[in-house]
Amino acid sequence: MDGEPRTNPDVPRVDDVETWTHSGLQAFLQALFFVLIVRPFVLLFLGLRIRDRGRIPAGRRPFILIANHSSHLDTACLLNLFPIRRLRHLRPVAAADYFERNPFVSKLTRTLFHILPIDRTARRKDASGQTGADPRQRMLAALQAGQSLILFPEGTRGNANEVTRFRSGIAWLAQAMPEVPIVPIYLANLGRALPKGHFVPIPLFVEVRVGEPLLPRGDREEIRAALESAVKKLKDTP
Amino acid sequence: MLEFLRTLEPQWRMAIIVLVVLALASVVLAVLRRARPERDYRELTARTRSWWIMASVFFAAVGLSNLLSIGFFALMSFWAMKEYITLLETRPADHGALVLAFLCIPVQYVWVAQEWYGMFVIFIPVYMFLGLATRLVLAGETRGFVSSMAQIHWGLMALVFGLSHMSYLLTADANPDLPGVDGRTLVLFLVFVVEMSDVFQYVWGKSFGRRKIIPTVSPNKTWEGLLGGIASTMLVSLAIRFLTPFSVLECLAVVLLVTVAGFFGGAVMSAIKRDFGVKDFGRLIPGHGGMLDRVDSLCFAAPVFFHYLAYFHYD
Repeated sequence: MDGEPRTNPDVPRVDDVETWTHSGLQAFLQALFFVLIVRPFVLLFLGLRIRDRGRIPAGRRPFILIANHSSHLDTACLLNLFPIRRLRHLRPVAAADYFERNPFVSKLTRTLFHILPIDRTARRKDASGQTGADPRQRMLAALQAGQSLILFPEGTRGNANEVTRFRSGIAWLAQAMPEVPIVPIYLANLGRALPKGHFVPIPLFVEVRVGEPLLPRGDREEIRAALESAVKKLKDTP
Repeated sequence: MLEFLRTLEPQWRMAIIVLVVLALASVVLAVLRRARPERDYRELTARTRSWWIMASVFFAAVGLSNLLSIGFFALMSFWAMKEYITLLETRPADHGALVLAFLCIPVQYVWVAQEWYGMFVIFIPVYMFLGLATRLVLAGETRGFVSSMAQIHWGLMALVFGLSHMSYLLTADANPDLPGVDGRTLVLFLVFVVEMSDVFQYVWGKSFGRRKIIPTVSPNKTWEGLLGGIASTMLVSLAIRFLTPFSVLECLAVVLLVTVAGFFGGAVMSAIKRDFGVKDFGRLIPGHGGMLDRVDSLCFAAPVFFHYLAYFHYD
């Protein structure tokens, strides 16, 4: 990658936001995948328990779900909170360096999970004078296009038992779109059901704990810390 | 009416008896509600409704085919293991062993379906005892090693090996002297006795319970409940002796054996819940808790009943 200009046509530009939403066929394939595989897996195999589901905003206004991240199952469980027809408005924000590592994985995750790929290293490259789509701009564009985001502010999968320090990107978004509610969520036991580095899940009961939607105010560090403690608080209320 | 009952096959006779018992329970509940409307009947109502559902599902599974019942018992083991393992504080290094433990469930029930008795009785106690330890040592984490090894294997023994004895009963051949008495009716007898004993102990305990047996484990287990429950179950069991090859005296002795084993099964599971700091294992069955809260007594009663029969009736 060093020194090369980014020519990959597969990585959309921020202003293409409308074009990287699902086509009809992709939406259909995603719906099929959820009805036949994800739903049965999550409900029968894992036996997902949901606490305070009613706190998730209804209607078409965009919102941001933030959660701790300890397993590859996290995104599937969060998407499972919604009826199939709402999936096309939900964008799990995912690391391009991992989920776009080859065209096949890229196509798969974009179609089946409708991910919003972001380049975790883009801003660092910016500083060194290279081009790269600012991941924050891309998330902002999606929100402005009326889509909701699923975001793991820890930035990577941690271990099952602790919530690590949140990155500040979520605080930047909260300042840029102060009217978009942010819903803190704690995912319990998912890191045990499928820990980092393993590929066979075990059927533990997992729990999704939904917190009150927040409209945080203040400077970036205050917002970052407030959201982090909102998720940690849910962790400590079994 | 009684003449008609006598002409039916034992399992259908049993279905009618259970239907009558449940209907009676529902009527009593409705009368109580009218007589004393000031009391809270929500738990009792939920429990009764769940009994209807459990009895229907159980009869549907056991009534239709042996293979279906084996699948049903496998699901019971699976759900119970799921509840138990969820509560354990497992280490990341245990993942491989836990995958192995869950894989044991279908395998153990395949031995049942094949009626491979030798494998059925040693697979978990011997091979998985060794296999789990081997898998854990390969993971290379020594801190908490003994605890993980013991906790996972205990779960397999009680919830998979123990419960699977119920399904192995199904393979018992029909007794030529007693038409209609076979593995299926023995399962019906065992489950009815254990569950009635739970209900009777609950009712006796609620009504007259004073002297606690093991107060640090369960404040609800009293001598009055236990003795009243066992005596009532012994009496009631005489009415369903037609499901078994037992004489009156033997029937009473077996019921004593099974209910005492069941009592300790329940007590052990209560102690486990205390240890984990939870009230129930899950919330699958409204009013009862999880699967494991319902089958706790059976985990102990099934192997005892099975080996009694194997020793004295089906060598």
